Amino acid sequence: MPLNIRTYRDLTEPDASGLPAQIGAQRHRVAARLAQVGRVVAVMSGKGGVGKSFVTAHLARAVARGGRAVGVLDADLNGPTAAGLLDAGRASLVVEEDAVLPATGADGVRLVSMDLLLEDGRPLAFRGPAADRFVWRGALEAAALREFLADVAWGSLDLLLVDLPPGLSRFEELADLLDRPPAVLTVTIPTPESRDAVRRALRAAMERGATPLGVVENMMGDQFRGDAAEVLAREFGVPVLARVPFHPPVGVWETLAARL
Amino acid sequence: MKFLCVECDRQMVFEERQLPGDGTLAAAFKCPSCGRVTALLTNPFETQLVSSLGVVIGGRTVPAQPLETVRGNVAGGRPDAFDEASGRAEARTAGPSWSAEAQQRLSQVPGFVRGMVKKIYAEYAKDHGIAEITPAVMDTARAELGLEGM
Ligand SMILES: Nc1ncnc2c1ncn2[C@@H]1O[C@H](COP(=O)(O)OP(=O)(O)O)[C@@H](O)[C@H]1O
Ligand SMILES: [Mg+2]
Repeated sequence: MPLNIRTYRDLTEPDASGLPAQIGAQRHRVAARLAQVGRVVAVMSGKGGVGKSFVTAHLARAVARGGRAVGVLDADLNGPTAAGLLDAGRASLVVEEDAVLPATGADGVRLVSMDLLLEDGRPLAFRGPAADRFVWRGALEAAALREFLADVAWGSLDLLLVDLPPGLSRFEELADLLDRPPAVLTVTIPTPESRDAVRRALRAAMERGATPLGVVENMMGDQFRGDAAEVLAREFGVPVLARVPFHPPVGVWETLAARL
Repeated sequence: MKFLCVECDRQMVFEERQLPGDGTLAAAFKCPSCGRVTALLTNPFETQLVSSLGVVIGGRTVPAQPLETVRGNVAGGRPDAFDEASGRAEARTAGPSWSAEAQQRLSQVPGFVRGMVKKIYAEYAKDHGIAEITPAVMDTARAELGLEGM
């Protein structure tokens, strides 16, 4: 004779573990912090080494020089580069009552990045039981992204650029944490391999409801052959926002900034 | 998660939490009808999984510190990554005192998280009207607040 056990939903009293309430409070905290942020733009390509971080940093600087308040959240927790690209130095992050102040980089760009927190050369690693680490590591990385959004005193920003790592998972986490999916700025190099990887990433982002802003073609020139930017722009009905050569002149960034 | 007293068909209420220090988390739930108490015991990786989500079984009694999950879990963080002292909101007036043993224990905490741990214990002491923080106070606070590994 099986026991008569009601379902979770059948029990109408509030959950005594407190877990759903705390998860809800975390979401609220993200929303409250981002209420002062005009637009969240994820910089994405699905592929590594195409220049997402390079484009993010230079674009952010140009936006800041143009007089808008801009932040960079380095969501590449395992391969952080934003502090170096934005010359943020090594100052300690000041802890206030309910938030940590972001670092200030070149041209006044506000940023937070794991490379401000980790000892030089140390990989991102977590304390905790060695057995079955795979079970909780992903949860901790998602929590780090959540805290970078919610616990940093971003202040009032016109634009928050989220520099994503390769792959799709961090985008999914970001979209889950935000009230509405972020806009996506796509970076590709001209090659067919980049085109195919970016296509998948962009499609995944759009399936999650993200708005594609356009494509930045990076590393344009003789080194890489292909028409990835045009093809992707056509397929997704978005503009090619910039063509960035190797070691581009600063005007490239000013033009791109003006289009965002 | 909910705990059901099957006999009484009533949801049990959170009673208390214990962190014996070996990675176990014990959370006790009590049936409001018959008074039976049941303990949930998690193994170290389950304990870690819950804390990785930035949540505490049974609910929080104090709000989370900024970047609490990152600071509490990252290994190899820079000892001087955070500056607690120059924040303008920091109320440093009339904080509780620390016994020599408690100071000694605090000094063992990695620099990356020490400032936060210190603040959490100080806030706990203030809330409970405790004038001096001792290792015993730290143990009680750790269990009550669900701060595994701090
Ligand atoms: N247009 C460019 N001109 C010169 N160097 C570039 C350019 N774009 C990227 N790089 C360099 O290429 C490398 C990879 O770029 P990065 O931004 O780190 O890629 P991703 O973030 O997509 O993995 C970095 O060393 C970066 O400085
Ligand atoms: Mg990068």
